[in-house]
Amino acid sequence: MNEVAIAQPPQRNLVSRLWNDKETRSVIIQVIAFAAIFAFFFAMVRNAIINLEAIGKDLSLGFLWQPASYDISQSLIDYNSRDTHFRAMIVGILNTLLVAVCGIILSTIVGFLLGVFRLSKNFLINRLAYVYIEYVRNVPVLLHILLVHGLIVHSLPLPKNAVNVSDTAFLTNRGFFMPKPSMEPLFWGVIILFMLGIAFTFWFRKYAKQVQDATGKHYPVFWICLGAIVGVPLLAFLVLGMPLTWDIPELSGFNFKGGMVIRPEFIALWLALSLYTAAFIGEIVRAGITAVNWGQSEASYALGLSRSRTLSLVVIPQAMRIIVPPLTSQYLNITKNSSLAIAIGYMDIVATIGGISLNQTGREMECMTIVLLLYLTFSLLISAFMNWYNKRIKLVER
Amino acid sequence: MTAMTAQAATLDDVKARGELNCVVTTGVAGFAAPDENGRWEGFDVDFCRAVAAAVLGDAEKVKFIPTTGKTRFTVLNSGEGDILFRNTTETLSRDADLKLTFLPVNYYDGQGFLIRKELGVNSAKELDGASICIQTGTTTELNLADFFRVNNISYEPVAIETNEEGIANYSANRCDVYTTDASGLASTRAALEDPSAHIILPEIISKEPLAGAVRQGDEQWADIGKWVVNALIAAEEAGVTQANVAELAAAAGDNPDINRLLGTEGNMGEMLGLDAQWAVRAISAVGNYGESFNRHIGPDTPIGLERGLNAQWKDGGILYAAPIR
Repeated sequence: MNEVAIAQPPQRNLVSRLWNDKETRSVIIQVIAFAAIFAFFFAMVRNAIINLEAIGKDLSLGFLWQPASYDISQSLIDYNSRDTHFRAMIVGILNTLLVAVCGIILSTIVGFLLGVFRLSKNFLINRLAYVYIEYVRNVPVLLHILLVHGLIVHSLPLPKNAVNVSDTAFLTNRGFFMPKPSMEPLFWGVIILFMLGIAFTFWFRKYAKQVQDATGKHYPVFWICLGAIVGVPLLAFLVLGMPLTWDIPELSGFNFKGGMVIRPEFIALWLALSLYTAAFIGEIVRAGITAVNWGQSEASYALGLSRSRTLSLVVIPQAMRIIVPPLTSQYLNITKNSSLAIAIGYMDIVATIGGISLNQTGREMECMTIVLLLYLTFSLLISAFMNWYNKRIKLVER
Repeated sequence: MTAMTAQAATLDDVKARGELNCVVTTGVAGFAAPDENGRWEGFDVDFCRAVAAAVLGDAEKVKFIPTTGKTRFTVLNSGEGDILFRNTTETLSRDADLKLTFLPVNYYDGQGFLIRKELGVNSAKELDGASICIQTGTTTELNLADFFRVNNISYEPVAIETNEEGIANYSANRCDVYTTDASGLASTRAALEDPSAHIILPEIISKEPLAGAVRQGDEQWADIGKWVVNALIAAEEAGVTQANVAELAAAAGDNPDINRLLGTEGNMGEMLGLDAQWAVRAISAVGNYGESFNRHIGPDTPIGLERGLNAQWKDGGILYAAPIR
């Protein structure tokens, strides 16, 4: 009996000793957390399987190869209702990517402008940017989307009364109709020159840096590169007699035929997402620039650098290090928020594979999983790219 | 967890809950829409109430779950809804692949086109190049694609989620044409600012037998839904109305059809797992099929639909309830 009484305290101590040891405690917590997460996902998957079994459904992706049987109004690739659900999904993916990429570009441009305006010493510009940012970012983006869509659909005229831009482009509430270019063989010359221009730019930047390092001579790199990429191909285009033919939209019946069309749904989604996200980017840019100590600029001026070169060589590179990580989040937001397309009927991933295909085939589990994986892939790709960029511009530490 | 309810007796669940969860539309005037007091009214709503009256003894014990064309089957299959009355076309794939069991058709419909009179269009074949508003996730979406492809004419589909969005887009002239079931178009047209400025084109491009539905796998519950619908149709055929049902049910009369329907003869209710008065309660709650039709969507309402195919078989329609015996 005595032996037992003596043997017990060390046992209790073992648990408390393990718990009181920082290293083992963290291992225990990690094991428990891992087990809990695993159990959670296991329960979810199990629940899904049981429920699917209960209503007699199996998991299968075979439906992707059946004809989709529905039409899609705006598609970057050829598509008709006889194509498969898989192709409809590709149409949706491309539409999502289109609005995400266009949105990222526009929101970055507007956002950087807003950030600079917010720092402007001009009272009017400064206050306007301030009011814009505070209004836009405090109203849900869904309302912006509905507002822009409503404005286009209600305020622009019908095709027969279209706003006519010199007989080539037409603004209507059914979309913006524009001439569609089609290439003649000579146009390849222009494309090749354009490619050469880009290659030249890469080489020239390196060369200019070498010359500057060696002699201190400074080339106007930006203008020379712009000339190589845009100027030379443009000149060639004119010299070759403009080897493009334009398919101009024409009013016929209810709508315009021919040409290219940008639908109001795309414009609404693109503008609303970009202008909304731009407000956030504006604040990020302002924070980034403000965070660079004024002494840096002063030092740069003292070295005799001009104001613009101070900005581009001293302030912006340092600001970028602060800007890029939160900017990544905004790019991810814009991509994910594009799923609000559903509210106005823009045919993105959610509307095609996660909407109509899902509904017409009844494959909820498969379709939602596909949608989820697609968004996850996009987001991870954007993250990976931005992390690479962030690493590239990071302060070199020794 | 919902798997349990999918298999087990829905009847027991509904009774235990004391409320019927009925899946309806987000709002199609005349079929299912909240009135100015927020009370759901309409032809489909009446079927929900009739089932509640038969099962729970109180036509008011219904919770209406508004759904879009896309969410309706998920809501039903997940067990959130017990029964669906939502302008839903019975099709093979929905029956077999979506695992639904359809009740008898309560409205024979077909897809039509609503368009402004001023456009001067007289036939759907003249719609080349038109922008057409269409509810996504519906059979009409598929019919439309087929119709235009077969006739080799082009169109721009404008995808919308709900009937209200459809009306909004059509009113704003975002689309030239709104297409859905002809009954839905009549309802939509009645809701427009000037209904006389719009016409429904003569072409009906599809068969749309609209029927209620329940989850597959609960035969008893499916039977209850099926026979409540049949009872309302049979009641009209036999001349049983909301006004005279109490009197006719008081004692067995000399018409055995009515006696069996109203439970004064045989044990029909018991066979369904209900009591003898099931049909009496359903009919006194909402009236027979014709009464409900005339009250919500008939010629004297703003919707103004004729009975047409939906007349009793004796009157030249195809409404034909299986005998209750």
